[in-house]
Amino acid sequence: MVEKKGISYWFTHVVLSIGVLIIIFPVWLAFVASTVTNEEIIHPPIPLIPGGEIFKNYSRALTESFETSVPVGLMLFNTTIVALGIALGKIVISFSSAFAIVFFQFPFRKLCFWLIFFTLMLPVEVRILPTYEVVANIGLLNTYSGLIFPLIASATATFLFRQFFLTVPNEIIEAAKIDGAKPMRFFIDVLIPISRVNIAALFVIMFIFGWNQYLWPILMTTDPSMSTIIMGVDMMIGGSDDVTTWPVVMAASILSMLPPIIVVLSMQKLFIRGLTDSDK
Amino acid sequence: MKRQIYFKGWFLPVVLITPQLVISAIFFFYPAGKAIWWSLFNPDPFGLSTKFVGFSNFIYLFEDPYYLNSFKTTAVFSIWVTVLSMGLALLLAVLTDRLIKSAGVYQTLFIWPYAVAPAISGVLWMFMFDTQVGLFSWYLGLMGWKWDHLLNDTQAMAIVVVAATWSRISYNYLFFLAGLQSIPKSIIEASAIDGAKFWKRFITIIIPLLSPVSFFLFVMNSVYAFFDTFGVIHTITKGGPEQTTMILVYKVYSDGFVGLDLGSSSAQSVVLLFIVGLLTIIQFKYIEKKVHY
Repeated sequence: MVEKKGISYWFTHVVLSIGVLIIIFPVWLAFVASTVTNEEIIHPPIPLIPGGEIFKNYSRALTESFETSVPVGLMLFNTTIVALGIALGKIVISFSSAFAIVFFQFPFRKLCFWLIFFTLMLPVEVRILPTYEVVANIGLLNTYSGLIFPLIASATATFLFRQFFLTVPNEIIEAAKIDGAKPMRFFIDVLIPISRVNIAALFVIMFIFGWNQYLWPILMTTDPSMSTIIMGVDMMIGGSDDVTTWPVVMAASILSMLPPIIVVLSMQKLFIRGLTDSDK
Repeated sequence: MKRQIYFKGWFLPVVLITPQLVISAIFFFYPAGKAIWWSLFNPDPFGLSTKFVGFSNFIYLFEDPYYLNSFKTTAVFSIWVTVLSMGLALLLAVLTDRLIKSAGVYQTLFIWPYAVAPAISGVLWMFMFDTQVGLFSWYLGLMGWKWDHLLNDTQAMAIVVVAATWSRISYNYLFFLAGLQSIPKSIIEASAIDGAKFWKRFITIIIPLLSPVSFFLFVMNSVYAFFDTFGVIHTITKGGPEQTTMILVYKVYSDGFVGLDLGSSSAQSVVLLFIVGLLTIIQFKYIEKKVHY
């Protein structure tokens, strides 16, 4: 760009590097804490270089129970099911409802559109108690369905697909109709293939959204064996510092952020696209 | 844009749209309606009957000093989180945008915290500032500054703000960077040739061109600070000490689930409903405006 490699060039690198260090430090410290003994942590200050207990701490976290929690291995399994369920569910129902809204004219189409739009205004947080009551009445407390279904209706995803479908040229539909393709043929053979990048980008965002759910699992699960990793980490922290096994808690924290971070970094392009699309 | 060519039939589209409508009805509209309904009633202590009380839940709410204080707390918290996370993200994005070769590397290094749940961010910061084992609280103690965010309200607010900001920087950074990269380089170069120094260019060109994305981020960050930071509060302070970090969302949870005060919690839900509605309308207006560009 305009700048040459002068003082300001190095200044830029210095400030950005400091920024990177500050951003990474909390996670680095958690990682270090997950590799030392509890003794080293409860007698501060904790070291800043990893110790040798890494395998012991992580295998304990994955297989043992702490405080009121179940082993992290089980929590990771639960969270994977919930995150995949939410991501896939959101995509399936929004994709098909956007298809209906854009490519058909049917009675009450406008009304359906507005009803879906209104759900934007009703995040889980504003209707905690009554939604809990509904889920309890249907008998879905402590089930995967109870963790997944209330979160899969997504106005954002529907709008995103609608927006994209509107850019599909009329000629393509005409051609499909002339060839005698039924709507479902068109849906499967044309619409899904041309939407696959959008679907993948949205999947990345929704997977992270599902993985990181916190409030809803806290309300929905009283049975520890159904807990997700994000709520589970908090459960592993004892009431007082004396009873908390910090290295294991920190190993669980690291394990809880690893899958979504890997998804973000390995699918960076899709992630950025999904994020900037889904919020416009 | 309007589509002129449609498929025929009404049965298939109705079948396709039904799942979303059913889920919205069961988990969105019915509970929201119920919250409004409950907010007008007062369940008696034995749960045998409920008494219609009109707006008195709301009147009671707005006379409750703790609730009014929760509004103030939410405002202070949201402003700090929004200003800090947007300010730092803008700084990092502007600096990244000045680089050519290493911009991609920095982008990678700055975006991953988005993947860390706010609740986990809360655990990380709580660990660093824990009164007994925390690294920073230990060093602060050496310097004669006692850190205890479970007793000191200023420190409690500071730590939840920092943890919430940490989680949010990457989101703002990505949007600012995308905004900066969409500014035509020719404009910047032209003004540089005219002799405008970096700061002059920043104030006269970059800031005005970034104002739409800044406004968008301002709304999105308010939504974030209002609702998505539940995990940060829950893991670090649980609203304490003395309700000084009790943001509105946390109060709905704590009055409803911990305090089991149905009427008040529902009334609070309805108030939040209005706030979300307002934010959604503002955001929608913004989208509408952007479409006209």
